[in-house]
Amino acid sequence: MADKFAPAGVPLVDMRNISIAFGGIRAVDDASVDLFPGEVMALLGHNGAGKSTLIKILSGAYKRDSGQIFINGEEASISNPRDAKKYGVETIYQTLALADNVDAAANLFLGRELMTGWGTLDDVAMEAEARKVMGRLNPRFQRFKEPVIKLSGGQRQSVAIARAILFNARILIMDEPTAALGPQETAQVGELVKQLKADGIGIFLISHDIHDVFELADRVCVMKNGQVVGTARTTDVTQDEVLGMIILGKCPPGAIPGPGALKIAA
Amino acid sequence: MTDTTSTQPADTARASELSAVARFLKATELDTRMLGMIGALLLIWIGLHVISSLRLGVNPLDFDSRTFLTPRNLWNLSVQTSAVAIMASGMVLVIVMRNIDLSVGSAEGVIGMVMGFAQVHFLVRFVGLELGNPWIWVLALLIGLALGLLIGAFQGFIIAYLEVPAFIVTLGGLLVWRGAAWWVTSGQTVAPLDATFQLMGGGPAGSIGAKWSWVVGIVACLAVIFMHYNGRVQRKRFRFPLRPVWAETLLATVTCAIILGAVWLANSYPWPVGIVNRYAAANNITVPEGGLFIAHGIAIPVLMAVAVGLIMTFVTKRTRFGRYVFAIGGNPEAANLAGINTRWITMKVFMIMGVLATIAAAISSARQNSSTNALGTLDELLVIAAAVIGGTSLAGGSGTVLGAMLGALLMQSLQSGMVLLGVDSPLQSIVVGAVLVVAVWLDTLYRKRA
Repeated sequence: MADKFAPAGVPLVDMRNISIAFGGIRAVDDASVDLFPGEVMALLGHNGAGKSTLIKILSGAYKRDSGQIFINGEEASISNPRDAKKYGVETIYQTLALADNVDAAANLFLGRELMTGWGTLDDVAMEAEARKVMGRLNPRFQRFKEPVIKLSGGQRQSVAIARAILFNARILIMDEPTAALGPQETAQVGELVKQLKADGIGIFLISHDIHDVFELADRVCVMKNGQVVGTARTTDVTQDEVLGMIILGKCPPGAIPGPGALKIAA
Repeated sequence: MTDTTSTQPADTARASELSAVARFLKATELDTRMLGMIGALLLIWIGLHVISSLRLGVNPLDFDSRTFLTPRNLWNLSVQTSAVAIMASGMVLVIVMRNIDLSVGSAEGVIGMVMGFAQVHFLVRFVGLELGNPWIWVLALLIGLALGLLIGAFQGFIIAYLEVPAFIVTLGGLLVWRGAAWWVTSGQTVAPLDATFQLMGGGPAGSIGAKWSWVVGIVACLAVIFMHYNGRVQRKRFRFPLRPVWAETLLATVTCAIILGAVWLANSYPWPVGIVNRYAAANNITVPEGGLFIAHGIAIPVLMAVAVGLIMTFVTKRTRFGRYVFAIGGNPEAANLAGINTRWITMKVFMIMGVLATIAAAISSARQNSSTNALGTLDELLVIAAAVIGGTSLAGGSGTVLGAMLGALLMQSLQSGMVLLGVDSPLQSIVVGAVLVVAVWLDTLYRKRA
């Protein structure tokens, strides 16, 4: 995408012409989106607009029917979650995707356990690491021995976030990261996003909260019926214009229209 | 985060209000439901003992040899429990992954028949080994293990990769393998089995004697002490909270006492007089007046069950595979998103179940010194009941190997106690069935409160 609105350089992620269909429904239809280092790209749209599906293709949960993904300018083959993690893509799912019956440390390292020299689980080392990272995110968290189902919504959320940042992610996907949180914790997540941005991590942010988006995101990409309506810098459009994109699919002058933009007789 | 703001002070404040019992449980980190099970087991044992004593008109404190709490009865109980306990340890994994295996009893049957046929006919007549050749039992067991692995892999493949529900696949297996068990010899019983193979069934020869039993007991105690010590060292290394020393000492002491008590019990059960006399004659020992006391010691099938229990506990707690089994049971989708190959893990769990069915088949057929096509009939229900009574949740995600094995012991205690009391066998089924339902109901109550 030669894009005068986008920052210069090689994009960290460049998803081109992605499509996927479930049965007869085209959940994502020829969608393209890119992301630069240290940037927050918000994905907006109604329920069922295809944001989560698009992002699950990047995280390896779904396999795309067509289209290409480039990471750092090189084509990436992502067909399962393990592949995605190999490229430094970490995801915080809306459902959190935690194994409820095991403790925080086990969840943080699920699929990437630390092992002792004997080939057994190194629970002590994993707990120590978990204490370190949780100490950064949520210093009051002490319930390391309990299954995560016993934790509060906010605590569970911080476990999910900790898991994503533990492995030096380069690309972070946050699907409704503040849905379960109160105002104070939401602010905390905002701080975290800014800190990660400063570290040069690229973030895809899926959110329904348009105020959040304007505060945190550098650019927005609006989807409707599986198609991209348009992409814009948050400084170039107003909140009302973005709402117009979400609801009507009407692309304002400050945005680059995508295939899903309402065709108005020009 | 919402309630963590106050967690620290709240915890300390609450600690002072805890009752003595709660403080004890917190310090020892003991699981209340495990304690409850041990309590239930003791209650059943004492109850059966009192009833059996009263029936005979003797004082329960005299521990008459025909009552429940005698070395002889408890030793037999341990041997009878072994096969079901071994399979229950695998059933825990199956159920934790939200599956079920209804075919274990039938698989046990066909594997037992094949192993019997192998050692009595195939290896002797077709391979040409002499009767009594020490390799016979090894080869027969290896054939059985291969078959068990194959049966498990086959069923596991259909469940994991072809996505047929485990209930249906293993229900089919229940019929298929039972039919196959009949086909091996067209229904004929295979007997007698190889003399070495028979040792896996227990009996005077299939026990390790007093001296070795003590050795095993003492080694086990040392291991327990080492594990407590090592656990502390590890936790200290990372400055994690430690259990108080008194709690740690108490736990280690009680565990060792149980181990040594069990050894003492096994060593208090002497060989029958006839066998002692034959043994004495064969070894030129003069039997003193009042008879010679030769102890059974721990039975080999019991040692096998303990070994399986230890290995399975290790697998569930300390290996990546075990961690994945539990994670998949807790949230299959999350496990998948974490990059876990859930299908392969499912298939492996059924393969383990197949291997454990083989070990159980070896023990049960060796114990009756014959393979019949009815071997292991209805065992699947005992195994599932043992796992469930032992705290394995049918909703998946939770369960322990130790709990399931204790569950097997509990079921077997009831059953053999009722035999001792002369309860008719239809009534036995009624009681066992009712106990299962009540146990699960109590567990549901417990989980709701927890």
